[in-house]
Amino acid sequence: MELILAKYNYWIYVFLMMIGFYAMIVKNNLVKKIIGMSIFQTAIILFYVSIGAKKGATIPIIEHHAHSGAIDPAHYINPLPHVLMLTAIVVSVSTLGVALALILKIYHQYGTVEEDEILEQIQ
Amino acid sequence: MKAIGLITVFSLGMALFYATIDFPPWADPQSPASLHVSPHYIQETMKETDVSNVVTSVLADYRGFDTMFETSVIFTAGIAVILILRKYSKKEDEKFLPEVSEEAEPDIIIQTVTRIIVPFIQLFALYVIAHGHHSPGGGFQGGVILGASFILLAISFNLKAMLRRISERKDILLGGIGLLIYSGIGALCVLLGANFLNYKVLHLIIPEASQVEARSYGILGVEIGVAIAVMAIMIAIYANLSSDGKYDKGL
Amino acid sequence: MISAAQIPIFIVIVPFLAAFLISIAGLFKEKYCQPLSVLAMSVSLYAAVATLIHVINHGVIHYHLGGWPPPIGIEYVIDHLNAMVLVIVSFVGFIVSIYSKKSVEQELPDKIPQFYTLYNLLVTGLLGITITGDAFNLYVLLEITALTTYALIAVGRGRAALSGFNYLIMGTIGASFYLLGVGHLYIMTGSLNMADLHQLLPSLYGSGAIFIAFLLILIGVWLKMAFFPMHGWLPNAYTYAPSSTSCLVAPLMTKVSVYVMIRIMFSVFSPKFTFQEFSFHEIVVWLAVVAIVGGSLFALTQKDFKKMLTYLIIAEVGYMVGGVWLANHNGIMGAVLHILNDSMMTLCMFLVVGIIVYKTKGHHFDNLGSLYKKMPFTMAAFTIGALSMIGVPPTAGFFSKWYLILGAIDANQWEFLVALIFSSLVNVVLFFRIIEFAYYPSFSNQHGDAHGSEKIDEAPASMLVPLLIVAAGLLVIGVFTGKIVTYIIQYTIPNGL
Repeated sequence: MELILAKYNYWIYVFLMMIGFYAMIVKNNLVKKIIGMSIFQTAIILFYVSIGAKKGATIPIIEHHAHSGAIDPAHYINPLPHVLMLTAIVVSVSTLGVALALILKIYHQYGTVEEDEILEQIQ
Repeated sequence: MKAIGLITVFSLGMALFYATIDFPPWADPQSPASLHVSPHYIQETMKETDVSNVVTSVLADYRGFDTMFETSVIFTAGIAVILILRKYSKKEDEKFLPEVSEEAEPDIIIQTVTRIIVPFIQLFALYVIAHGHHSPGGGFQGGVILGASFILLAISFNLKAMLRRISERKDILLGGIGLLIYSGIGALCVLLGANFLNYKVLHLIIPEASQVEARSYGILGVEIGVAIAVMAIMIAIYANLSSDGKYDKGL
Repeated sequence: MISAAQIPIFIVIVPFLAAFLISIAGLFKEKYCQPLSVLAMSVSLYAAVATLIHVINHGVIHYHLGGWPPPIGIEYVIDHLNAMVLVIVSFVGFIVSIYSKKSVEQELPDKIPQFYTLYNLLVTGLLGITITGDAFNLYVLLEITALTTYALIAVGRGRAALSGFNYLIMGTIGASFYLLGVGHLYIMTGSLNMADLHQLLPSLYGSGAIFIAFLLILIGVWLKMAFFPMHGWLPNAYTYAPSSTSCLVAPLMTKVSVYVMIRIMFSVFSPKFTFQEFSFHEIVVWLAVVAIVGGSLFALTQKDFKKMLTYLIIAEVGYMVGGVWLANHNGIMGAVLHILNDSMMTLCMFLVVGIIVYKTKGHHFDNLGSLYKKMPFTMAAFTIGALSMIGVPPTAGFFSKWYLILGAIDANQWEFLVALIFSSLVNVVLFFRIIEFAYYPSFSNQHGDAHGSEKIDEAPASMLVPLLIVAAGLLVIGVFTGKIVTYIIQYTIPNGL
């Protein structure tokens, strides 16, 4: 029971990631692949943000009157994973944009976004 | 194919589950991640950068180099979408385009509300950019909100209405300028004799600023650059995706 | 005003700044885009060479970005290995930026500014991956290279968009695996700096999470370099890309990924972990053997010059990965030397293909007819490249193969030796077949206009000169291999091996 409470966040991310990964490699529809890709990347974001959490801590904005005294790091959550995930969010948005553009181009070329139908046309 | 996919997915899942066994418990203040590097950021941010939002100071100063490339990832995506989709000639075949049955009636309520609300959205965006030092916010968030205000125009009127306010040319120009502001501030630091992006030397050219305050100003400067670039590129990506690279009426 | 200590940053920053200037310049005068790009690349190349010389004379350079010491900030660490890779990347970037002018004007006439913007960002990304000493910074730059490559590939002919999309899916999986692996390292140690991780990790070597992190990063990097069995995306993506794209991407992408793998194996983890705790190295060498043999066999079945070369890239990746995982001195030396040689050989080959595409509008074997008569200089360069691919002394390709063979003997991995020799024999068949095609008029041409097509019809100078420089470079590298090994390569062997 304690094990579940201690780790459930990480297990949820693994589960989400499996869903996304499955969609990316197995789904036939290109748009569904992209949806899987988004789930996959969101799972990673969940993983990183979970690393940053601390019990009983608040958002990492230092109160001004704390300026003079010592600041206890345990009062503020770890800011680094949040910064890293800001980057990862930006990357996933950019990848999504390029992927959508590619799908539009593929759709114009073949008239479909189903992978098997496209491959049939090529042969 | 399906079976191979399932096996791959499950072996990945098993491997990741196996890895979680060794993880420190969730939200443990004593975990290595909370003890090794991050305390420095929390404890020293006020002293070293004069920015109370630690995420902002890490983003734009301690790891500002990552953020510069992160912004250029967006820029890359924008240019990539233009490269892939933009059609300058009008004779592209349109055999697969879905038929637009009839033109949607312009809705007076939506248009009026949009007209009223867009300035407030943009004002809020400026607040988010400028107040990133002390509250959640910053260049990326503010830039996206700014971009969204233009995209709202494009959705409620049409793409032309947006392009009248910010043309394609101006948009690409702004994207480049935004990133030039960021990397230019970094290069300025090199010219002033310090390492790249070491904002503290900016005190030489900002009047009446100490080295710590110069860092704060440097962060503000790069946040503005980020906001401009993000706004411009969001608009460019939307315009290309919605009009299929033709920059006509849009959705 | 700018001190010598600032030179390393210019390697990356100059092409980076140039990208935005090009995109702005493109709005006003398109013809400035390519010269700007050449200028940026030449500055970057100059800085890279200066850095390499500095490293050879004075040892490792550390550059703290933003003035923050690691692990708080990001640092650049330049040692012998990545100084060499930096020179390779900026050299290839420089050569292709000159070469690309005509071919881009022909293939993407209305997208020139966008092409050169992305071109500069791509080179920046590759340089940044190579130079950085921070595991997360590497991920960001990996994504810049990836996004630019997807777009630059997708604007090609035929199936380019679809292969670009497949590459996008595989590339995203690869990068995400890398990011996950870095996350696992971060949760266990709390650091992202490579040198810091190297210090912190040994106490955790027994942990399952670290083991999984290593596996995830390796699989991610293997996906990026198209190592067997994750190579499926590569041949189509590189075949249908525009010539200038494939000239830049084909020599560099896989080699930089190999560099990242070496960096992760030895600088983040240690040889002790990689080869003793993680006792998989014989399996990896077997995979490399399959990659070499499979790549060579698939290359034999192709009827398309460019596609044949893409399968050879997969075989060459097998050379380098196998060499590193032989886990001995000669093997690693051979692999590192092969990074240099193979990027030059691949560059040479793809430059030739680009010229053939420019002149004959295709890269099928039928397009090769009587090219030796039409383009004597191009084909002379091709012959040197082919000899190097086969591994004939004194061309560069011979020496790295020699070290790899010595490494295979030292490690008692005879299957790798057999694969190397087999692939050299296949290369002999492949390239002599091409030489034969290019010597005689093509079958379809024999009856028709055979007389008109025999005149000399050489490529434009802006394409020919870079090619000849590269071909001469192959000979020079071959002749000076001893010097390169004494001054650079021998320092790249990790301690404790």
